[in-house]
Amino acid sequence: MARSSTAASRLANARPDSLRSAGDGSLSREQKLELYYYMRLTRSLEERLVNLYRQTKVVGGLFRSLGQEADAEGSAYALDRSKGDVLSPLIRNLGSMLVQGAKPNEIIKQYMAKGDSPTRGRELNIHYGDLVRGFIGQISHLGDMVPVMAGVTLSFKMRKQDRVGLVYVGDGATSTGAFHEGINFAAVQRCPLVVVVENNGYAYSTPLKKQTAAKQLVDKAIGYGIAGEQADGNDVIATYEATKRAVDRARAGGGVTLVELITYRRKGHAEHDNQSYVPPGEIDRWASENDPIDRYAKRLLSEGEGGGGGFDQSQLAATDKRVLEEIDRATDEAEASPMPDPTDALVGIYADPPAIAPLWFRQGIKSAVDVHERPSSWGTHDV
Amino acid sequence: MSEVTYLEAIREALFEEMDRDENVFCLGEDIGAYGGAFKVTEGLMAKYGEERVIDTPISEAAIIGAAAGAAHMGMRPVCEMQFIDFISTGYDMLTNYVATARYRSMLPCPMVVRGPSGGYVRGGPFHSQNPEAAFLHTPGLKIVYPATASDAKGLLKSAIRDEDCVLYFEHKYLYRRIKEQMPDGDHLTPIGKARIAREGKDVSIITYAATVWKALEAAEQLEKEDGLSVEVIDLRTILPMDDEAIIATVKKTNRVLIVHEDTRTGGVAGEITARINENAFEWLDAPVLRVTAADVPLPYSPPLEDYVLPQTSDIVLGLRKLAAY
Repeated sequence: MARSSTAASRLANARPDSLRSAGDGSLSREQKLELYYYMRLTRSLEERLVNLYRQTKVVGGLFRSLGQEADAEGSAYALDRSKGDVLSPLIRNLGSMLVQGAKPNEIIKQYMAKGDSPTRGRELNIHYGDLVRGFIGQISHLGDMVPVMAGVTLSFKMRKQDRVGLVYVGDGATSTGAFHEGINFAAVQRCPLVVVVENNGYAYSTPLKKQTAAKQLVDKAIGYGIAGEQADGNDVIATYEATKRAVDRARAGGGVTLVELITYRRKGHAEHDNQSYVPPGEIDRWASENDPIDRYAKRLLSEGEGGGGGFDQSQLAATDKRVLEEIDRATDEAEASPMPDPTDALVGIYADPPAIAPLWFRQGIKSAVDVHERPSSWGTHDV
Repeated sequence: MSEVTYLEAIREALFEEMDRDENVFCLGEDIGAYGGAFKVTEGLMAKYGEERVIDTPISEAAIIGAAAGAAHMGMRPVCEMQFIDFISTGYDMLTNYVATARYRSMLPCPMVVRGPSGGYVRGGPFHSQNPEAAFLHTPGLKIVYPATASDAKGLLKSAIRDEDCVLYFEHKYLYRRIKEQMPDGDHLTPIGKARIAREGKDVSIITYAATVWKALEAAEQLEKEDGLSVEVIDLRTILPMDDEAIIATVKKTNRVLIVHEDTRTGGVAGEITARINENAFEWLDAPVLRVTAADVPLPYSPPLEDYVLPQTSDIVLGLRKLAAY
């Protein structure tokens, strides 16, 4: 599939028409509404986390994907969960995890460092995974998930499975050695892998022009001998369509695709970041003119004009209400959850022995070893 | 059954495990069509095909990272570092991703990273390293370093079957210098268990890998020339360390010399010494001594390399010093 030739003048908040979706991605009505649901869920869940953060109930930092919901949701939606596709998110891809089945209460418990969070208080924020549902937890070292997902998809190829993997990196991670090694390895092996480069303009405070001399990140595909796609990351349908082409290509044996999704990070690297390095007016412009949820809502409503079987405001409002109710329930559950038993820290470094001995100045392991078995809902092998 | 070399023992283990379990596969640089820089994997691709014996780009981070991803999915990858010196370019993947996977994300990562290690071969600074101490400090990894051909086979088979990541260091000086009859059947050497390479009662040497043989030579010499009975413990596994075997030999001889080929500062010997100090201090009749390489990058020229690396004569000196203490 041809990739767009338009280099988006993205920081000027351009919306190059060639990157926008022409069609509707052949999505059903239910699917279109579901996409809206996931975008709204992501944003509202993060807004709830901001409240909890301000109440000092979030133990660590808080990472937002405000304004980037369309690219995470639209791309993840292109995977086929029924076939066992697997993705590995980055810090601004909460939405992709929700699409794969992550639950709001898990996310809140993770942020609150609870003992019954998916990582039992060992890891932060959205750093967790579940192979049964098809997402693998990231680590903080950017680019490292590319080789890992190369291996996940290599196993699909070796076992002749009809499955695809998707890995997210940001514009900054394209500068890492791991990104290069991983994408090159996957390209040579023709792994069924989609590499989504989420170009949001900044890596912490570093703008794209200090990250690379490339005119556009999708150009890197040429050097690896793989297909490239580029789409307006704030257009959820365009994002879905571009990623779907890549997923279909991978499933058909066509190997790796680099998909560049152009978006904008409206919040700082994390909640503490005051974004002093951002030119005045830039954030407001993106917020007022190019909000992915506003754009999508407008689109859904306009499709309904003239009685075309589209959506009306009450349907979107009902979705918004449902999202808030879910988040209320999830918050209540997370707040009621216990903090971890300290001795659980010594369990599960190895399969055998399941726990290590405490240091001489600490108390024993208590019953932690007895409960070290992971919940049965968690995938291990052969999934 | 004829005797096989240390190198052939490693190859036998690979063939047997690939036969036994279709999830086992090998990946590394030049391991397939060429059979590996030292020919350890010779014949593997002919038998198992290029799907299961993968010639990779020069990308240690990708080799290790891809192995981790495949291991999550139930495969049993065996990575080759062409020389173990190059494992440092995969250090991030191993220590940050692989070693933490089970703990932070409950993701099993059953994989092996193996490669030719060690000096005494005039390999210079980048083809002679012993990187075990760099990984001893990383919870979540296991480290084995066999000294004998039968352990080379048995430990590799155990490593491939282990549920966690095992770094398997093979000593290239031993590749073709030692031979042994392999034990019959499905020979597995347990990970985490040291071996008494020589029984003794007067002084103990705790060591592993190629210096086991130098320790045995020194022990022989001491017995002949000084009438001393020297015990030699071959650790075989460095992580997790066999505290039981270490403490047992301390209690038996009360004098301990730790020998390793790696450099001194921050080396494995320091960790062993600390454990003896914590667990068996009152059993010691002399301070724990170390014979190790000097703290320099390993030089190429024979007089330099021989001067830097521990030799049998150094071990003899150490034993005599301990015996006289």
